[in-house]
Amino acid sequence: MAFKQITSPHAHASQNTGKVMQLVLWATLPGLLALTYHFGWGSLINVLLATATAVVAEALIVQMRGRSVSFYLRDYSAAVTAVLLGLALPPLAPWWVVVVGTLSSIVIAKHLYGGLGYNPFNPAMVGYVVLLISFPIQMTSWVTPLALLPEGVSHPGLIESLSIVFAGYSPADGVTGPTPLDSFKYSDGLLVEQIYSQNQLFSQAGIAGVGWEWVNLGFLAGGLVLLGSRIFTWHGPVAMLAAIAIMSALFWDGGSSDSPGSPLMHLFSGASMMGAFFILTDPVSSTVSNRGRLIYGALIGVLVYIIRAWGNYPDAVAFAVLLANFAAPFIDNYTLPRTYGHIDRRRATEKGEEEKSK
Amino acid sequence: MKTWVTPGGVHPPENKHQSLTLPIGTLPIPEKLLIPLSQHIGTAAKPCVELGSAVLKGQKIAEAAGPVSVPMHAPTSGTISAIEHRPIAHSSGMLAPCIEITSDGKDQWQAHQGVADYKNASASTLLQAIAEAGIAGMGGAGFPSAVKLNPGHERPIHTLIVNATECEPYITADDSAIRERAAEIIEGIGILSQILGHPDNIMIGIEDNKPEAIEALEPHVQGSGISVRSFPTKYPSGGEKQLIYILTGQEIPSGGLPADIGMVCINIGTTYAIKRAIVDGEPLISRVTTMTGDACGINRNYETLIGTAVSHMLEHSQFNEERCSRLVMGGPMMGFSLTSAEVPIVKTTNCILAPSYQEIPDDEPAQPCIRCGLCAEACPVSLLPQQLFWYSQAEDYERLEAHNLFDCIECGACSYVCPSNIPLVQYYRHSKGEIQKARAEKVKSDHARQRFEFHQQRMEQAERDKEAKRAARREAAEQAKATAGAANNGAAKATAEGQSGDSAADIIAAAQARAAARKVSPEQQLAKFERSIAGAEMRLQMAEEKLTEADAQQTDEQKNILVAAVEAARQKLEQAKGRLAEHIKEHKGEQVD
Repeated sequence: MAFKQITSPHAHASQNTGKVMQLVLWATLPGLLALTYHFGWGSLINVLLATATAVVAEALIVQMRGRSVSFYLRDYSAAVTAVLLGLALPPLAPWWVVVVGTLSSIVIAKHLYGGLGYNPFNPAMVGYVVLLISFPIQMTSWVTPLALLPEGVSHPGLIESLSIVFAGYSPADGVTGPTPLDSFKYSDGLLVEQIYSQNQLFSQAGIAGVGWEWVNLGFLAGGLVLLGSRIFTWHGPVAMLAAIAIMSALFWDGGSSDSPGSPLMHLFSGASMMGAFFILTDPVSSTVSNRGRLIYGALIGVLVYIIRAWGNYPDAVAFAVLLANFAAPFIDNYTLPRTYGHIDRRRATEKGEEEKSK
Repeated sequence: MKTWVTPGGVHPPENKHQSLTLPIGTLPIPEKLLIPLSQHIGTAAKPCVELGSAVLKGQKIAEAAGPVSVPMHAPTSGTISAIEHRPIAHSSGMLAPCIEITSDGKDQWQAHQGVADYKNASASTLLQAIAEAGIAGMGGAGFPSAVKLNPGHERPIHTLIVNATECEPYITADDSAIRERAAEIIEGIGILSQILGHPDNIMIGIEDNKPEAIEALEPHVQGSGISVRSFPTKYPSGGEKQLIYILTGQEIPSGGLPADIGMVCINIGTTYAIKRAIVDGEPLISRVTTMTGDACGINRNYETLIGTAVSHMLEHSQFNEERCSRLVMGGPMMGFSLTSAEVPIVKTTNCILAPSYQEIPDDEPAQPCIRCGLCAEACPVSLLPQQLFWYSQAEDYERLEAHNLFDCIECGACSYVCPSNIPLVQYYRHSKGEIQKARAEKVKSDHARQRFEFHQQRMEQAERDKEAKRAARREAAEQAKATAGAANNGAAKATAEGQSGDSAADIIAAAQARAAARKVSPEQQLAKFERSIAGAEMRLQMAEEKLTEADAQQTDEQKNILVAAVEAARQKLEQAKGRLAEHIKEHKGEQVD
């Protein structure tokens, strides 16, 4: 009798990377539904187009790198990147915007750095920032939420949407408009109260902006599902949202004309919830320890607020995440957990002799 | 009763019920038994029987070699049919020295009796009996029990912890032994308590998935001062470090032993063996081993003779080789795979697992690590397994040590949860091995360098001494010449001062010589002292390094030697420093004068 030699442990939990990624994809559904309901077919087209591009690009690159295509496609990581990018892009953006962004994500940010597990930067956010810097006009025109469309105007139907995206048709007047963060930023000289009463985006909203609050609630719901399934720990998202809340409360300024906005608006506008639960939780490019994730999340929250309040861009999750990606290895060096039997935490940069001399 | 909760941990399917449906059974005596001479941590035992000689059951066939070693005994009566290297159950599949006994089928005991009046026997008598019975920890590590139970006077033991956790899935050897032998186990614990001078706390730590065993223990611990502490089931609660934390909230310092914090932790199966040795005079020749897994028709525990081939167990358990995905000695988390079933059960074998492909399928190919952190959530000692994996791949040993690689207990919880199927523990074992190799090489090269430097210093010193002697001789000759000349001149000049002139010249010459001597020696001596201090410091550092690196597996004895070495080096350093201080003081004093 001869048996196989296999290293321990022999038992294995049923979790695998493909399943984790699929769960993340399912968890984006509430957010995607909210986007589609409030802003029309555009986001769904973005997501599908980005996914198709990503899968083809991933397959080609993996093939070029001489690896097994079916093995690598089964991890669903390309699909996750593409879906997150598709959700972040403005609905009804031209097809080439989506394709260029996805290629930047998959080819440059991911595979040129070694593929899954080796990318120092969040691929979806790299794609997004490439687009934001290269094509600012296409990237800043957002669709008007359903509730605020002018009389007689509706969101383009599926066929019309496809022709807008692929054939360059212009949407009807009033279909595109500013986002709450945009309009808040450019409403100079008005008290917060005035903005809230004059601007329909706020006056008809429950907590933070028509349509947008539902999109954020959708991502929050999906994020809580992932948190409940232990796909990630609470530390990063909670730290980021807490940092945004604290910063916006600190600089609320009593709602004066200089006020950058209320905590509620900042938490439920723009990409706050998507960033907190779907972007900064990308494990590859974030920090590794729970303590590190607290710092990492808080750093992103603070950066998001600083750029929103005093920077040139109305939203800032992509920039904040990329900047924090830079800092992640540094944070990791100083946030090791305390190991059993040790009095204190160690630094990753410690040399062998240092602890002995303590 | 308060218990503490360790970080991390996993909950793999327990799969313990299969082997608990039948009571502990016995197998027919195998035709041949193969007893490896090293079944424990420490030196291998030395055979004390001749090839072809007849032995009785329980007769000693190999002597303990040194203090950290245990003797071996014949598990049944028969003749010694081989003393040679044979394959044993080792993850490397290596050959090791073994004694083979061909059974005569009579299973005839040698005359034996327990320690007379053991309840009043001294600790050293009892320890001697335990050592003679060949008892080594039966929970897995196989550390000689008599050594563990004798931590020395400088480490008084206030807490005795009996480990009945059995946290690995599938294994039920301890569980079934407790159910059937609770009275004898408690008696064994009483003997341990006597040996350790009746510690304040005696606790049996057991997971709450063994209610029958807990119930079996209860009537026997009444009024005995032993408390049975059950706690929620979680793997790996049965690790010594984890169990001590769960029961006491204290941690064993990194690199230390439980005795360092006044505790001894011993497996519950071992306490039974100790009872048999002390009360009944039976050496350790059999143990309870679980035979389980779907590739076997019969899943149960056997009282197995040490040296029984695994294949013998399989044969009597309706084993189906076709269905068997792998053969594991130990549990599914920390057990190691056997490539052949022709290896013997040893004193540490608590389980033979023969799973089907449905139970434990072949490993999936590993995917890239996405640093999801599930491993860090599962780690019971708060390491960052994903970082250890990363740096293991990069062979960055400095980073690995800073990330406390050597505190990894290799429990496998990280690999168990890894969604990318990465064999993490394998990477850590490899890195530990490489680092230990590098350390050993460094020690070796340090020794060589030190020897070379000392040699050079010695040669230089000899050269300087020679030079100094030559200079002294030259000077003396010149001085003699000068005095002779002066005397000749002076004799003519001053006859009255004749004698005093002579003596004055002598005094001057002597003073000059002293000054010259002083001029050379303080600097040279200073340098010499500094060299000896540097040397002493180096030796102290090396001794300390050795001590800190000493594995938890190393014995107290070895540790004591290391501690003594550190102490000796420290004293030498103190002496050298003292001499230097004295020298400097003297020298300063002279300058002031």
